[in-house]
Amino acid sequence: MEVVMIIVIGCLFAGATYLMLSKSLLRIIIGTGLLSHGAHLLLLTMGGLKKGAPPLLGVQAEQYVDPVPQALILTAIVISFGVTAFLLVLAYRSYQEIGTDNIEQMRGKEDHD
Amino acid sequence: MLNLAIVSPLIFALFIPFLYKYVRSIHTGWFVLPLPVLLFVYFIQHLPLEPYGQTIPWIPSLGMDFQVYMDGLGLLFSLLITGIGSLVVLYSIYYLPKEKEKLGHFYVYLLLFMGAMLGVVLSDNAMALYLFWELTSFSSFLLIGYWNERERSRYGAQKSMLITVLGGLSLLGGFLLLSVMSGGSYSIRDWIDMADAWPQHPLFLPAMLLILLGAFTKSAQFPFYIWLPDAMEAPTPVSAYLHSATMVKAGIYLVARFTPIFAVSSLWVWLVMGIGMATLCWASFHAARQTDLKGLLAYSTVSQLGLIMSLLGAGALAFHGDPSDRRLYMAAVVAAVFHLINHATFKGSLFMTAGIVDHETGTRDIRRLGGLLSFMPITFTIAVIGSLSMAGVPPFNGFLSKEMFFAAMVQVANAHWFSLDVWGILFPVLAWVGSVFTFLYSLLFVGKTFLGAPKPSEWPKQPHEAPVGMLVAPVVLAVLVIGFGLFPNVLSNAVIAPAADAIVNGVFRQEGLSVHISHWHGWTIEVWMTIGVIVLGVLLYRTFDSWKRVYGAFSQRLSLNHLYDTVVRQMEERSHSLTSRYMTGYVRTYFLYILSAMLALLIVTIVLKVDGEFSLSHLADVGVHELMLVLAALVGTVTTLVAKSRLVAIIALGSVGYTVSLFFVLFRAPDLALTQLVIETISVALFLLCFYHLPKLSRHEKGVRFRLGNALISLGVGALVSVIALLAYSEKNFASIAQYHIENAYEKAAGKNIVNVILVDFRGFDTLFEICVLAIAALGIYALVKLKAPKGENGKYE
Repeated sequence: MEVVMIIVIGCLFAGATYLMLSKSLLRIIIGTGLLSHGAHLLLLTMGGLKKGAPPLLGVQAEQYVDPVPQALILTAIVISFGVTAFLLVLAYRSYQEIGTDNIEQMRGKEDHD
Repeated sequence: MLNLAIVSPLIFALFIPFLYKYVRSIHTGWFVLPLPVLLFVYFIQHLPLEPYGQTIPWIPSLGMDFQVYMDGLGLLFSLLITGIGSLVVLYSIYYLPKEKEKLGHFYVYLLLFMGAMLGVVLSDNAMALYLFWELTSFSSFLLIGYWNERERSRYGAQKSMLITVLGGLSLLGGFLLLSVMSGGSYSIRDWIDMADAWPQHPLFLPAMLLILLGAFTKSAQFPFYIWLPDAMEAPTPVSAYLHSATMVKAGIYLVARFTPIFAVSSLWVWLVMGIGMATLCWASFHAARQTDLKGLLAYSTVSQLGLIMSLLGAGALAFHGDPSDRRLYMAAVVAAVFHLINHATFKGSLFMTAGIVDHETGTRDIRRLGGLLSFMPITFTIAVIGSLSMAGVPPFNGFLSKEMFFAAMVQVANAHWFSLDVWGILFPVLAWVGSVFTFLYSLLFVGKTFLGAPKPSEWPKQPHEAPVGMLVAPVVLAVLVIGFGLFPNVLSNAVIAPAADAIVNGVFRQEGLSVHISHWHGWTIEVWMTIGVIVLGVLLYRTFDSWKRVYGAFSQRLSLNHLYDTVVRQMEERSHSLTSRYMTGYVRTYFLYILSAMLALLIVTIVLKVDGEFSLSHLADVGVHELMLVLAALVGTVTTLVAKSRLVAIIALGSVGYTVSLFFVLFRAPDLALTQLVIETISVALFLLCFYHLPKLSRHEKGVRFRLGNALISLGVGALVSVIALLAYSEKNFASIAQYHIENAYEKAAGKNIVNVILVDFRGFDTLFEICVLAIAALGIYALVKLKAPKGENGKYE
């Protein structure tokens, strides 16, 4: 299962990179979303899959799955949500101000003005 | 105490801005003046000198200490720096009007220089010396660019900075090589003690060349002299101080200081003597064509520096031959030291008179000047004394050192090492030719300015004699010129002998070095050379107008200045075009660089470092429902890539997110699954909200190549992540820290949900900061939504 998951993760990363290399802002934001999914799954897979009961002490078990990656991922999910939300509003505002979502047309002005 | 004396100007400089700001009624210079005077008194108390050193630890682990050493050479320079410094500060009080000038800046720079220059001549630690050395370049840059609203000032400042800092860097390289040769010591005295074994060392020659490059650029030797004439854009007190009396002599100091180490090398003798002589001739020849008074003095300074340099080169011959020969070449070292003092006195007074002329008439162009004798007789007298001393006419001090110079050069012609028996005859001849032109430009300085018919119509101001305060400093220097000329032996055993002794590192310690300077040696060859100089010099001066066309033969396009300008311009253009070639200004390009570099580095590392065996054991089994989820995730991913409409792309992203939460369910992570479900729902909602305001999902990409490149890089990144994940999974180097958390979750934190306990308890601070990040993002979003550009103001935010 881990190998299969690793391949899925590779696909997610490849797709995310492709989207982030494009010029449209919305596609870039979608790319970051995919990237964070890939990263979360990567963390989880690295801890080993299905190696015991869920990390709840209420469940009586010999072995529990590794809780540390889960704690990390929980933090990461929330942070990536914050980032996505910020990027979305940024894209919305910059489209309002500049009138384009093509990042190549969003180059800053030259310094001497 | 000595360390404190060096840094005292730097410390005092800190107070200057406040004094300038709050005590406007008194010229800031009056506050500054006591410091160099006190330092001068402090240094002169060292006479008669017993050399001593002091050390304050600075970076002991690297062998770098603020290590100072006072010997004859250091003392001589310290006296020059503080003595001339006092006079220059006094002069500047009258030269720079307190109403118009930024005096706060000026005196900070000047004190910065004074401290740095004392540091250069008194440091025994090479790194400290280098630090102070660069500080002098830096303060010189600031002082040349003092009137920074003038284009020429900025040009001159940049030029001096580029050339002297280039030399400074090579000096650093030389010091590092010497440090390597000495096995890690940075003390110059240690180096001198060890130097006997060095001439065979492979690093000896590079170290020597690098140090000479530093000395030659600083002391404006041919072909690096071109920065000094442009440095004349600085206020005249600065020119008198830095660019004639002290800073430009730092290179001389360096050559003198390192003579005991390198003098055994024939190349050293040839380079120092040859470059010095070439500089003397070239610059004195070109000084005569200058039409700017300060330009003339600048070239004259360059040539006089060349003179001292060639004397030091001849002095290095004292390390060769038998003791009687030594005494002969020792005379060259004595002459160098003596001329160093004399040059500071007469050139200082000449710069100050040039400043007075500029100040009182409003121009320094000698084509417009003339006949000022009747307007400013005192200034004229000072100028005559200074010029005749520079020209080498008795009874002034310049005459004595010029005679000694001739004598030393005649001795060089008699030397029988290093092919000097063949080529040595060039030196007295060139010395004589250079002196003829020195005589000529000295006469031009006085004659074109003060004699001849007055041209009042050409003068911006009606000239009159300078105020008394402005005359004090040049008068003091002129008195010294006469005094040293009549009674040279006031200096000889007190100042000159210790300095000369330090330069040759006590070669004469047993025999005892005593210096006696006499005015008359009988009808020697030097006397005839002097007479020849005077006769031919007067002749050239009389006929100057008829032969000065010769200078037209020197094409501007072939000059060193043209070369410098071309190189600087080319460097700017080339580097700009190179930079703009890869710094495109597109984020995407930089992202490509980052990804490609990451790919390349990681692939190389993996190929080189990993032995390539994946040992995958303890794998979980694969269920059919899991495969279906995998399929869903892949389809979702591909859909986001190829989606033509925004809605489809957003929904596809959402579907991937929900699939991920189902993975969390299957992989025993209930908290994650819950969080992911909630967050994904909010995200999709947010996307759809913004979606209403965003443009259609346009593909700005054009062309297959563009997309193919992107696809290749993306596939590479994906494959690389997979490989790294496999490698990481197959190599478990240490046990997971999970067990600690599982065991202690209930014991220590009284919680049964281990993940939650980790978040709020074991790693509580992480969570706190995470909340901070969210808060920052929320604030940013709020600001973005609320902040609107006021209309009609070019969209700028207030």
